[in-house]
Amino acid sequence: MTLASIIFAGILTYFTRMTMIALISRDMLGDKIKVVLEYVPSAVFPAIIFPGIFINDYGAFIEMNDPKIFGAIVAVIVGYFSKNIIATISAGLVSYWFLIFVVFN
Amino acid sequence: MLTKKQLFTRGILDISPHMLSVIPFGIICGAIGVELGFDPYLVYAMSFIIFGGASQIVFLQLLSGGASSLVAVVSVGIINSRHLLYGAVLSEYLEKLSFIKKLLISYVVVDQGFAESNKFFKKNRGEEFLHYHLIGTGCTMWVCWQIATLSGIILGSFVPEELGLKFAIPLTFIAIVVQDLKKLDHVIVMITCGLSSLLFFDAPFKSYIIISPLIALFVASLLQRLKK
Repeated sequence: MTLASIIFAGILTYFTRMTMIALISRDMLGDKIKVVLEYVPSAVFPAIIFPGIFINDYGAFIEMNDPKIFGAIVAVIVGYFSKNIIATISAGLVSYWFLIFVVFN
Repeated sequence: MLTKKQLFTRGILDISPHMLSVIPFGIICGAIGVELGFDPYLVYAMSFIIFGGASQIVFLQLLSGGASSLVAVVSVGIINSRHLLYGAVLSEYLEKLSFIKKLLISYVVVDQGFAESNKFFKKNRGEEFLHYHLIGTGCTMWVCWQIATLSGIILGSFVPEELGLKFAIPLTFIAIVVQDLKKLDHVIVMITCGLSSLLFFDAPFKSYIIISPLIALFVASLLQRLKK
């Protein structure tokens, strides 16, 4: 790993952040696109959530009885009703730990 | 009308709960770099220059696995291409800023900061200095990310691996989207994205991270057409 490769990766990343904010004017986007942009959070974040739950560190699918699935379900339920970020994350982690350290131990 | 300081503070408060997952992930990220045998200074330089959690880990893993620099750099670019979508959404609220301010603020646009600031923007369209909220979320993420990765580099993985704290990352994003489960169209879009990400997980250069949102947005546009 060289400093040059990090700088290239950094410039590329910066362009992904900056292009739509500073270089492209909003008028260049059509009305249809603007409406669809409303869905960006729902259309992007599951691509981080699903692999984070269903795929392990080695790139393979987990078993259907994996504690992560249970932890994620608990997090969804707690998050839905509590509307609280800390409660959602904690509930998911604690239920996951409960299964790996207490039940499956 | 809220003052700049109030908006900035509000941004800090809105993003803070996410530190519960961001800080352990940052520590892991720093520790992995050193464990894989890379120069600690270079590992830290990534946090400053790239400033993108998952892409930093992928960069390290690819290089330590013998991939060429070109492959590693391109992968980082593709993983982070999702920021183009965030920028397209945020541009509506940042339009009035000067070019220089747009260039500066872009550096701190990250997943969680985008998500929380976008939620705030939608509810407070009339505010004049909205971008201070984004500066608040972005700077909080930046400071915590620097401290966390640096701690991981210096102290190694003092967070026990058995705790599986990487799992906190999907949980953080569950907390972000969970309220949208009330809307059927959003549920369909989320499931489309999630299933596509699993289907295309092995696509080259980690491109599932941009392919699946594009498929999901296409489905969203079809849903819009049905509504009319």
